[in-house]
Amino acid sequence: MKNYVIMRLLATIPLLLGISFLCFVFINLIPSDPAEVALRIRQTPVITEELIARTRAELGLDQPFLARYFHWLWDCLHFDLGVSYTNPARTVLGEIGRCLPATLELAGLSLVYVIALSLPIGFLSAVYKDSWFDRLMRGFVFAATAMPVYWVGLLLIWIVSIRLDLLPTSGYGGLSHLILPAFTVALSYISTYIRLIRNNMLENMREDYVLYAQARGLKRRAILVRHILKNSLQSCVTAIGMSIPQLIAGTIVVENVFAWPGVGRLCIASIFNRDYPVIQAYVLLVGVLFVFFNLAFDILQYAADPRLRERKA
Amino acid sequence: MNTVLDVRNLSVRFRSGGRLLSLVKDVSFSVSRGGCLGILGESGSGKSMTCKAVLGLLDDNFQAEGGVFFEGRQLLGENPETLRRLRGGRIGVVLQNPMSCFDPLYRIGEQMAETLGEHTSLGRRRIRERSAELLELMRIREPGEVLRKYPHQLSGGMLQRVMIGLALALRPSLIIADEPTTAIDSISRHSVMREFLRIKRTGETAILFISHDLGVLSCIADQVLVMRLGEAVESGPAGRIFDNARDAYTRRLIRRHKAVMSKFLAAVRQGPEAAA
Amino acid sequence: MLRQLFKNPMALLCMGVLLFTALLGILAPWAAPNDPYANDILNKFAGPSWQYPLGTDHLGRCVFSRMLFGIRPTLFLSLLTMLGTIGLGVIMGVAAGYFRGVVDEIIMRVVDVMLSFPSQIIILAVVALLGVDIRNVVVASIFIKWAWYARMIRTATIKYTGMNFVLFSRSVGSGNFYILTRHMLPCIAAELAVLASLDTGWAILNISTLSFLGLGVQAPVPEWGAMLNEAKNVMVSNPEQMIAPGVAVVALVGACNMLGDCLRDALDPRTARQ
Repeated sequence: MKNYVIMRLLATIPLLLGISFLCFVFINLIPSDPAEVALRIRQTPVITEELIARTRAELGLDQPFLARYFHWLWDCLHFDLGVSYTNPARTVLGEIGRCLPATLELAGLSLVYVIALSLPIGFLSAVYKDSWFDRLMRGFVFAATAMPVYWVGLLLIWIVSIRLDLLPTSGYGGLSHLILPAFTVALSYISTYIRLIRNNMLENMREDYVLYAQARGLKRRAILVRHILKNSLQSCVTAIGMSIPQLIAGTIVVENVFAWPGVGRLCIASIFNRDYPVIQAYVLLVGVLFVFFNLAFDILQYAADPRLRERKA
Repeated sequence: MNTVLDVRNLSVRFRSGGRLLSLVKDVSFSVSRGGCLGILGESGSGKSMTCKAVLGLLDDNFQAEGGVFFEGRQLLGENPETLRRLRGGRIGVVLQNPMSCFDPLYRIGEQMAETLGEHTSLGRRRIRERSAELLELMRIREPGEVLRKYPHQLSGGMLQRVMIGLALALRPSLIIADEPTTAIDSISRHSVMREFLRIKRTGETAILFISHDLGVLSCIADQVLVMRLGEAVESGPAGRIFDNARDAYTRRLIRRHKAVMSKFLAAVRQGPEAAA
Repeated sequence: MLRQLFKNPMALLCMGVLLFTALLGILAPWAAPNDPYANDILNKFAGPSWQYPLGTDHLGRCVFSRMLFGIRPTLFLSLLTMLGTIGLGVIMGVAAGYFRGVVDEIIMRVVDVMLSFPSQIIILAVVALLGVDIRNVVVASIFIKWAWYARMIRTATIKYTGMNFVLFSRSVGSGNFYILTRHMLPCIAAELAVLASLDTGWAILNISTLSFLGLGVQAPVPEWGAMLNEAKNVMVSNPEQMIAPGVAVVALVGACNMLGDCLRDALDPRTARQ
């Protein structure tokens, strides 16, 4: 077990390096000269060639590419992500930190929706396969995977907020502001996991151990919950874990539809303003989250499955 | 009241689309206490289907007709709850593929306890002791150790013996064994057959033994039923069938088996050099 | 497999929808009753009529004509995306699987890094870098999606290069490229088709989403996502504006997904029963 965790931790290092390198290359590919940008941020009135050259040296831009990369990486590890181009008074870290809680609220509630809805629905669809409930849910899954997220958001605003006047249309606030956007983010994941859990359950139902459990005279409910559900969840846990960073990234569109002040909206605004350091930090953040959750749920699955534990030890 | 299981004109049909496919046609047999009925047939002959029908394990897509009388009680059409109480209790079951018959996520002890807990009112400690006893009865060394293992950590032969032990747990009057020797190696096969013979010798239990292997059947069955394409083509005392079968298909099966056996025996007698 | 597919009414329906839509898109200049850019400010938010079959938008432009012209960026650009993705994926995958060694190692590590980002983020980053434009959206989509195909095709290449008929044609003396294209691609075409049709649906959603955010097709060019963005602004007064483009996207994406499922079922009958 300990060996496995260490191995997995070591394996993430090259991945993290790759991700950070990609982010670094990204900011170096932008069309404008960073030294010139830096001068503009400092509101230097007259920008001369000589001044640019001096700033280059000062910022270490005259150093070789790899040296600059490691310098930048070092700063990142100290949570120094630079300053915003559009508003030099603000650091990138501060900007992200200001918007992140709203996004986490949104993603957190979406995750609650995903688990609370897809688990029981997937379970019931498999147990009552081909019943009216299963058919209805299959229709729902099909529709939900084909609907663009933003359109779902608009429809929900229109029906729930405008026609029925039940919830606020958009903006930041308490739980009532959160219900619709979180559901919109969750919808496509709900349908994915209903399908995943249902198919996994159906596959497990055909296994020999189910037949033998029946032959041993176990109760149907015990077989379904203790054996089939547990075995099916085994493979779903990783998938759901992997979807957490996806949920965080998936808030981009929804935040823009519902005017939710999270990092997604910050990111889109930064794209329009060409505020590259903010975009870079956002990409880096999501990439690191992705790797981290991947690692965490791999280890979790490993701990839960006796077969895996045996094989890799 | 010596007859434990009496199957009368059993037919099983499978509903596929709008049509009904006949899988078992009009099969009758009976097993009595201390006796063993062997059902012989190739794969797809309807042997396993018959045994599932007896146990009430067919799903709604199947339709079973006829009579299945267990200790005088009709099982077909009986409510599922009653059937469930019988299975694992009064009727013990041993299946093929022991490696995949146990849930990989639970320890052997947990799965045995689950079964015993379902059919008895024993406390946890008593269940544990009983499980260890059963394993000991199956000549499994260090039963306490085995109970703590996960299925994938045990061999197929070992798991098969655990299954037999579990089937015996509540002193059933009938044991249904569906191809219990097919998926395991020949040494384990030997020890598994030894356990079955021992069960038979106690004289308390009726055994329904299903196999496609004539050699295995010939050492345990006193009555044999031969099935082909869902129909019983021949039935009678084992000795008569092996020596003097009336049905052409049965004769062919036996002849083929004998040919393989004599080649095998010749090879054994002459030693490995001659065989090579 | 193809014969089975043509027997499936659902698959036929999906292909019908896609072909019909494509045809409408190609014939848009002749099929559309009005100029999609022509304003008729006096007739804004008009209901359906003979002149405007689906009514008009906030500038009095014909919604139906805009829908027809909107097929072009949505459907054709997503097909273009898929072509680029598969092309790049095949080249990288075959290269990795055939040459193995260092080439394989480098390509697969890049693939790992690509797959460790959510696709949306990469697309946003690339669009941010290259500037807001629909062409960049296509480039970005290809840039993120190729990794999936490369991984799949690499596995297939490794599997098939060891097979007898490939060894045979090599001993007969055919060139490497010939061997691979001639023998391996047909073998994995079915798997590729499943993935590609599902991803076409994804590409359609992607292009319309980015256009909705204002990062893809720019106004006044008609595109369904962009039309929905305009509809969003008048949602309170004229909610009917968001019906037509939304339904169209759902229908097209649904057809692609369903086709993908049918293809998968035809490929692997075991899953069909579920």
